[in-house]
Amino acid sequence: MSGSPTYVPKSALGRWFESRLPIMGLVHSSFVAFPVPRNLNYLWTFGAILAFMLGAQIVTGIILAMHYVPSATLAFASVEHIMRDVNYGWLIRYLHTNGASMFFLAVYIHMFRGIYYGSYKAPREVLWILGVIIYLLMMATAFMGYVLPWGSMSFAGATVITNLFTAIPLVGTGVAHWLWGGYAVGDPTLNRFFSLHYLLPFMIVGVVILHVWALHVAGQNNPDGVEVQNVERDTVAFTPYATIKDLFGVSIFLILYAWFVFYIPTYLLDADNSVPANPLVTPAHIVPEWYLLPFYAILRAIPNKLVGVVALAAAIILLAFLPWLDTSKVKSGKYRPAFRIFFWLFVVCCVGLGYLGSQEVSDTTTWIARILAIGYFGFLVVALPVLGLIERTKPLPASIADAVLAKTKPAEAAAPPASR
Amino acid sequence: MIRLTTNFLAAALMAAGMTVAFAQDDAEQPKPERQSWSFSGLFGVYDQAQLQRGFQVYKEVCSNCHKLSIPFRALEDPNGPGYSVDQVKALAASYQVTNDEPNDKGEIFKRPGTPADDFPPPESFPNDQAAAAALGKAPPDMAELAEARKYERGFPWFIFDALPFDQYQEMGADYIYAILNGYTKSGDPQWNLYYPGHRIAMPQPIVDGAVNYSDGTPPKLDNYARDVAAFLTWASEPTLAERKKIGLRVMIFLIVLATLLYFTKKRVWSGLH
Repeated sequence: MSGSPTYVPKSALGRWFESRLPIMGLVHSSFVAFPVPRNLNYLWTFGAILAFMLGAQIVTGIILAMHYVPSATLAFASVEHIMRDVNYGWLIRYLHTNGASMFFLAVYIHMFRGIYYGSYKAPREVLWILGVIIYLLMMATAFMGYVLPWGSMSFAGATVITNLFTAIPLVGTGVAHWLWGGYAVGDPTLNRFFSLHYLLPFMIVGVVILHVWALHVAGQNNPDGVEVQNVERDTVAFTPYATIKDLFGVSIFLILYAWFVFYIPTYLLDADNSVPANPLVTPAHIVPEWYLLPFYAILRAIPNKLVGVVALAAAIILLAFLPWLDTSKVKSGKYRPAFRIFFWLFVVCCVGLGYLGSQEVSDTTTWIARILAIGYFGFLVVALPVLGLIERTKPLPASIADAVLAKTKPAEAAAPPASR
Repeated sequence: MIRLTTNFLAAALMAAGMTVAFAQDDAEQPKPERQSWSFSGLFGVYDQAQLQRGFQVYKEVCSNCHKLSIPFRALEDPNGPGYSVDQVKALAASYQVTNDEPNDKGEIFKRPGTPADDFPPPESFPNDQAAAAALGKAPPDMAELAEARKYERGFPWFIFDALPFDQYQEMGADYIYAILNGYTKSGDPQWNLYYPGHRIAMPQPIVDGAVNYSDGTPPKLDNYARDVAAFLTWASEPTLAERKKIGLRVMIFLIVLATLLYFTKKRVWSGLH
């Protein structure tokens, strides 16, 4: 699926350079000539939004690291110093903390879009798995970032999450001590988390490059889930069509981001993280950041620690197996009426688990969480394999162009396509 | 689309049902009421006179037990209390602070404060351990107090709290105001209506007439609570006014940019058929 017009350098210098390092040609074929299905909706702008957010997090993070001190005695004060005394430090920090939430909001929309339109199906399995790896790295990065201000909730969160490893039989405690660099969460833990929090984003960049590479090999999926057959009829060039659409999508997303940063900057921050960490005082109600809440609810719904940890890990790892769990040949949920119902139930389970994860535990919440957790796993390991075998799907359009024309000019689409 | 809406409705109803079930558990402890503040809303700024009164309440009452780890110079903030350089110099000099380094003889010594120094801890409690030993529990540092106090709003209010024109960011101030007004059981100075479990370590700290305002504001508990809550909100977030001012410009810029991009996108795509 290479774009038709190839890159031809205009100047002599350009030709000289291109024959030695064809990077401009690579950029041209990837981001200018690359053919994009013409029926993409705005859910497909989240790739660009995520790329922007990754860049924003790295830039703001590097600036914060110039002023932050990774030490159990000084970390909290250094964050206060950033907020009060560093020029526009408050802005950089609010951009970074809220940026993490925006990053996850975008990635969740991106993932749900992928599931709804079957974007993980052949030939995009590797593309999807790379996405799951990015998601795992994001969660690790965000978790360690949350520990850095060394507030009360940072400390409690670090303790709870690292303690999960003690559930592993035989080696669990050893693993936990190794992670902590001691016998409890402390200064060595904070230092290594800071180091890794700086490293992992660049690993994310690496996997994102692979993700985009895989995308450019397989081509983009689209809302109708039929592959491109005729580049002329079914696609448009990435530039200007997708570029301008992505820019518009990013600008709308930026409005939301700016709303959080400038008007409700602490809305998503836990108040307990404005209290310095004290190993002797644990917050009354330990909660992770909102983007990890569904998994936290699954963990808490299971009384046995080891089983809980396994379920927590399975809830994430299973996503990587979606290409094989979903047996349907039809990609897009648009043509799968039964799948659609289960998809929205799955979304309800995820949101419901997220809400329950934020609440204090009671018998009621535990039981509702169990039902929703069964719904979560049921969708992945029962509904998806079975639906593909029994579902009566709607007829697919013959091509992307036909799908687009059917929407705009119903009469014309009824006529047989002239050439294929 | 209809199916979509029905699903969302079902989800909302389910969640609402859960909230009702949970709300009954802590019904006996009321939530702080939402007050009106000069610093709330899209264009909120601090009221300088109120912050100065609030600082007076802090200095005369709270500071006996609570430390406030911010430098004296912060009080010069034009978006905050806005004291003059000379006023702050004089104020700082009225405190004795412990010097960071020992003198030539190797002795740790005290000296009059300068605007660059932090407020020293209360004289009777040089550290948290001393305070905890005397009071049962160390009083929290007030520099971050307003940020460090929130309360559960529950579904669906927490969603409305994030929306424009109703955004709710003043929970810390409302909490402090509520606690100071929550000593409603006469004869029990440690009973507080708004504190979880109603047992609070801090006995009623302030009553009507405890502080004499010089600007004619009635010396009532309600005013003290309001003013000190405003002052502590400023102490924990001195950049609020600047943030909202820049935010307005950023929002206008982004909305114009998005509009222009929308029409450009339409124009570019209109060439297709």
